[in-house]
Amino acid sequence: MNILLILAVVFGVLVLVRLANVAQLASQLSGESDEAEQDKDNKVNAWLMLGFLWFGLFLLVYMILRYRHYMLPVSASEHGVGLDKLMNVNWVILFVVFFITQIALFGFAFKYRYNKNRRGYFYHDNNKLEVIWTVIPAVVLIALVFAGLKQWNNITQVKHNDAMYVQVYGKQFDWTVRYSGKDNKLGKSSFRMITDNNPLGVDSNDRAAADDIITKELHMPVGIPIDVVINSRDVIHSFFLPHFRVQMNAVPGMNTHFYFKPTITTAKMRVITKNEKFDYVLLCNKICGVAHYNMQMKVVVDEPADFKAWLTKEKLVFEKSAAPAPAPAPQAEKNSGEEKKVVAIK
Amino acid sequence: MEIKQSHAGEVLHEEHAHAHHEHEHEENFWTKYVFSTDHKMISKQFLITAILMAFVAMGMSMMFRLQLAWPDTKFHFLESIIGHWGKDGKLDPGFYLALVTIHGTIMVFFVLTGGLSGTFSNLLIPFQVGARDMASGFLNMLSYWFFFASSMVMIISCFIATGPASGGWTIYPPLSALPQAIPGSGLGMTLWLVSMSLFIVSALLGGINYVATVINLRTDGMSMTRLPLTIWSFLITAILGILSFPVLFAAALLLIFDRSFGTSFYLSDIFIDGAPLAHAGGSPILFQHLFWFLGHPEVYIVLLPALGLASEVISVNSRKPIFGYKAMIGSMLVIAFLSFIVWGHHMFVTGMNPFLGSVFVFTTLLVAIPSAVKVFNYITTLWKGNLQFTPAMLFAIGLVSFFITGGLTGIILGDSALDINVHDTYFVVAHFHIVMGSSAIFGMFAGVYHWFPRMYGRLMNKKLGYLHFWLTITSVYGVFFPMHFLGLAGLPRRYYANTAYEPFHALVNINVMITIFAILGGIAQLIFAFNFFYSIFKGKKSSQNPWKSNTIEWTAPVEHLHGNWPGAIPKVHRWPYDYGKPGAPDDFIPQTVPYSATPESNIPGDDH
Repeated sequence: MNILLILAVVFGVLVLVRLANVAQLASQLSGESDEAEQDKDNKVNAWLMLGFLWFGLFLLVYMILRYRHYMLPVSASEHGVGLDKLMNVNWVILFVVFFITQIALFGFAFKYRYNKNRRGYFYHDNNKLEVIWTVIPAVVLIALVFAGLKQWNNITQVKHNDAMYVQVYGKQFDWTVRYSGKDNKLGKSSFRMITDNNPLGVDSNDRAAADDIITKELHMPVGIPIDVVINSRDVIHSFFLPHFRVQMNAVPGMNTHFYFKPTITTAKMRVITKNEKFDYVLLCNKICGVAHYNMQMKVVVDEPADFKAWLTKEKLVFEKSAAPAPAPAPQAEKNSGEEKKVVAIK
Repeated sequence: MEIKQSHAGEVLHEEHAHAHHEHEHEENFWTKYVFSTDHKMISKQFLITAILMAFVAMGMSMMFRLQLAWPDTKFHFLESIIGHWGKDGKLDPGFYLALVTIHGTIMVFFVLTGGLSGTFSNLLIPFQVGARDMASGFLNMLSYWFFFASSMVMIISCFIATGPASGGWTIYPPLSALPQAIPGSGLGMTLWLVSMSLFIVSALLGGINYVATVINLRTDGMSMTRLPLTIWSFLITAILGILSFPVLFAAALLLIFDRSFGTSFYLSDIFIDGAPLAHAGGSPILFQHLFWFLGHPEVYIVLLPALGLASEVISVNSRKPIFGYKAMIGSMLVIAFLSFIVWGHHMFVTGMNPFLGSVFVFTTLLVAIPSAVKVFNYITTLWKGNLQFTPAMLFAIGLVSFFITGGLTGIILGDSALDINVHDTYFVVAHFHIVMGSSAIFGMFAGVYHWFPRMYGRLMNKKLGYLHFWLTITSVYGVFFPMHFLGLAGLPRRYYANTAYEPFHALVNINVMITIFAILGGIAQLIFAFNFFYSIFKGKKSSQNPWKSNTIEWTAPVEHLHGNWPGAIPKVHRWPYDYGKPGAPDDFIPQTVPYSATPESNIPGDDH
């Protein structure tokens, strides 16, 4: 923090120096020819170009070192490890290009500053060069596309046979989780059946719903894949688990999915981050209204046994007295088609 | 006998042109400064409106930057600016969202679309192709006045009780469709839609005019391959606008229907305020497809004119031809084409079919190829040049630097797999502010410094220009570079406070630094504003061709004439980039000089 303030002060001083220069140069203006003045300006700006380049590159490296530990810790999901690797490969390539082009840009600006005894080199075309710098980026990019799509397909086109089904439901401004229970089937639901006691509008006539469990925390057993069915009752939200490299929008009127496998328990992540109070979090990452910034939920990854113990203590969706007599709704409106599909895949 | 179309649309013979210009134009204040049909005046109107709008939008960003850096501090002066939205010196969370929404809208549309294209297409197209005015001066005037009306509606929307639109500049429904969801989706959103509809009318009137002028009114000898790259970029931009803005209009229209007439294009299965809504069968994703079908070409509508201006400025001030003239045109055409088939990269995690996502990954990363070609061409233009560091040149170099930095992070965002974890985080904010926001505004600054003499017959103060540049490039990198780290730390954008999750607390430091740089950047723009308005009246008088430039706008008299040139319009004999040609006495040969006059420097096959 201090160093940043110092930097700000340094820049402030630089500003004043430049301002002083302005005053000074302005006073000289009368005595100097335009050409001589422009010569001087060219020189000053050329050196500033060089200074800016090296100072900028230095700051870049400094920032990377300084902020490294603010970055997200190692991915807590299986697919995330692959993503992080791909990200690092990308960074290496991008940094190489970044350094080469920026150094060339500012370096040439410095080196080829105006000199009245010289002329610009009349060089306006070279098809060979154009081909080279079309083909090389093309090859690199196509390699990156394929590396990326491999991960993407891996994440989006998995067979869901082995997954535990969980619904995550967004509304302004909180999240609710519904576990599919022993049968691993989520009961049907409809927004028309929403009441105070049934915030997800679950259909009590659907047998599959009988063992569904509703919670206000997202717990996941480590090592077991989970297929999250995501939706929303009002506006678009986004189901964002940064530590798991998971994100999918919650869209009213449709069900979206994200399939992933948590690999690191909360306890273990606390050791990794050296932070005893560390908790995973589910954030809303799509602007959804006034309290958008505060729409979050605690996420816990447990050992499977601990997970089971926790889940049995949570409330069933229609627990005894709490179960309301749901208003019978017309059959056609009871389910949103997608959920049927989920069940069908099972 | 040559027949030319004049500004007023009537046909006149060239030899009579001079006489024509003597007896016309008993102008009064209203026809000269307000309802002007002269492209030069209209370009100034666009520029000054855009500058004022930019200051409004920048002021908004200052307010939310203060909130993000010091979420617990009370800024009592806020109350005197924004009233009950800043009660007790605390920014209201709803108004925070309104600020980011209107900041984005104004910057993207009013400054970088209307301001950039409106100013420089209007100024340079007739001047650089050699026309007396736009194809239709009247439509051109309408274009400005629709723009002005649209700006006014947008400003007025900030003064209503429920506040302006606040669903983000992308106005995704259902949030933007339901007043129950956020106060800004009431009257504020209606005014936003009205304003944007007017804006689209303005953009279309302008665009049609630009295309018509470039195609029809080029002077003798001005073949398409002798056009300066500025004109190519304006032409392509205008075509992009004509093809994509109507789609935004359609999206807005359907949203208006959903909001006011009970249709369900974008709405389905919604339970809000304790009751289910009747809407059924719509899809919020449809809106996103329509919006980004404009939204992505819009990025290039913003960027291409800036690149065009930079091409010209860099070539003139490097005192050598732009490298790869035809490759530059080709890459702009390819970028423009690709910009229509990449919109889905904004939607990888919105629930769009993942296979469709794969297709968009491919098309998106293809855009990087012509972009890379452009960057390499710019750098090669500097190589072995003889660089004059005018303020315009500095800004053009800054543009290339931003284009590289922001373009590279685009490769990460365009990769659907990597996008999962950075989508809608500060990484995105950093990316587009650098590659689109800052690049484009630097292009605009380059244009203003370079063509200010053409607009006002005076020069802007150079020293203040240098100061403006160095402060601005420092603060742009100071503001937006650290945002990459915020995004990689998982911090979502559009958060009123970043303190709601414990591990984000440590990031407050970075936010403080960002805000300090933002304030520095704001101060730098005040210097620019001072320089701009001061120089209009008191700037040093400009010579005929202050930058020793080849393009024909510098052959027109410094004093503005209706019709631009007294007498005949100059004929063009060569391409605009004969700088530093071996054998020539000067290091530039204007486009109006025939090859027959330069036997000493002609090269075999010299027929650009």
